[in-house]
Amino acid sequence: MTGELGTLANIVSNNEGKILPEWLDLLKTSGILQSGRLKEGELATHCRSFLHALRDGLAGGNSHAGHESYAETREILADFSRSRAVQGFSPSETATFVFSLKQPLFNVVNREKGLAPAVIVQMIWAITALLDQFGLYTVEVYQKSRESIISRQQREISELSTPVVKLWKGILALPVIGTLDSERTQIVMENLLQAIVTEGAEIAIIDITGVPTVDTLTAQHLLKTTAAARLMGADCIISGIRPQIAQTMVHLGVELNVISKATLADAFQVALRRTGRAITKLKSAAPDNGKSLDEDRVG
Amino acid sequence: MTTAKTERLDLRSSEDVIRVRQHTRVLAIEAGLSLVDQTKIVTAASEIARNTVIHGGGGMVTVSLRDEGSRKGVRLVFEDKGPGIADIEQALRDGFSSGDGLGLGLAAPGGCRTNSRSPRPPAWGRK
Amino acid sequence: MDRIPILKLGDALLVTVQVDMHDQLATALEEDLTAKIVAHGAKGVLIDISALEIVDSFIGRMLDNIAAVSRILDADTVVVGMRPAVAITLVELGLSLTGVKTALNVERGMALIKTRATPRDDDDDGED
Repeated sequence: MTGELGTLANIVSNNEGKILPEWLDLLKTSGILQSGRLKEGELATHCRSFLHALRDGLAGGNSHAGHESYAETREILADFSRSRAVQGFSPSETATFVFSLKQPLFNVVNREKGLAPAVIVQMIWAITALLDQFGLYTVEVYQKSRESIISRQQREISELSTPVVKLWKGILALPVIGTLDSERTQIVMENLLQAIVTEGAEIAIIDITGVPTVDTLTAQHLLKTTAAARLMGADCIISGIRPQIAQTMVHLGVELNVISKATLADAFQVALRRTGRAITKLKSAAPDNGKSLDEDRVG
Repeated sequence: MTTAKTERLDLRSSEDVIRVRQHTRVLAIEAGLSLVDQTKIVTAASEIARNTVIHGGGGMVTVSLRDEGSRKGVRLVFEDKGPGIADIEQALRDGFSSGDGLGLGLAAPGGCRTNSRSPRPPAWGRK
Repeated sequence: MDRIPILKLGDALLVTVQVDMHDQLATALEEDLTAKIVAHGAKGVLIDISALEIVDSFIGRMLDNIAAVSRILDADTVVVGMRPAVAITLVELGLSLTGVKTALNVERGMALIKTRATPRDDDDDGED
């Protein structure tokens, strides 16, 4: 097989001038340039680089795309694939880059003089097998890129959906909306601890009104969060425990070794008391509910 | 998948443990790990390094920076005179998820668990 | 061998850990602290770990030991200044240092120690 691949490499070398334009035409027909996100000049450069690398790889005599001799070929493909993933091309469009090279290669092999039919068949098989593998590789790299984009976006969403709010001097509130999985818990902990440092908070109220269920795993995450806050010298209160959640917790035998209150308001009152404060009514009859915003009044 | 930057360090004294920490920290920063992830892997390295020195009768650790293109990480392989090899691989940009420890253990979703009671546990962290 | 300095701060002793401690240094610190608690009749021990980038199980144990010993000698131990990344790592590794009191900084730590001495201390400890 090695001999044939070497010959094939030469055929590719000698016929580059025919292969490239044919390949480019097929790609244009496939519509890869339609959206304008990829320019023709750029595409032509990619084609040339890939073809050269492929030719060099073929000269190495191996027919497996994973072999060392194809390292550069794979790298070029990986770059191409990642860029397409970022630009929003579909995986098929991306793999078409590789597959459309088959026909131009078949054509030059077929037209080559002095090759026995059996050899031609072997070369065509080698090309098919190789390009199939490369096509699949392209799709794999594409998938991985999309995955990393998605997980980055997930992280951003998580960060945005767990704000830390300063309720009063030294008292923070953390409204949690949605399920608390381990990834989210990391973010919650990071945000909370950072806020404890910045605000010099002594108490953090974690409100779980927006958490649909509290099973043992969620409870573990909550406990981790409270333990981390405690290590920074802040105490936690959990609020927003709905009746169903309280029942579920009892049935599951879940224990939160931390003060818990039904509402954020209750928790806030406890927090105020713990930090040596209370809310008092103003002596003068105020038109609204007498809630004082003046800090001096809270004491 | 290429491994850049590898270094083998002796583990015989507590000063060596400190050196392993520092080296791991440097590579973790280079791998772009978040501060929390850096802290985790350096702490883990410290634990196992100390274990190797005190319980394993001394040994070596190979610390390397791994670059898989879309993600980078730090790999530590511990060897000691006793039976078995400890291997920790943390290759994440996105964060090291959930460790629930038994004191020294590290657990990751989809990864293998570690039994921290055995002197040289194999541990994997991967996302 | 270097020893970590221990300062007297009112009724309490203050230790600022700034170096990457190796085992002998940690043991020496435990011994020195115990001796000084007795010598000065200290009511509290403040351990400032704000310079520590990691706290592993060894240091964790040291802190637990110091806390246990001081308790026997009727003194409180407060660990202050833990970095957020360290706190998260400790929690993930399951080392939550339950035997040790913690505070955000030395000032708060001192307030904690004073509070124990005087019940219902209404002082606003001047934070801001």
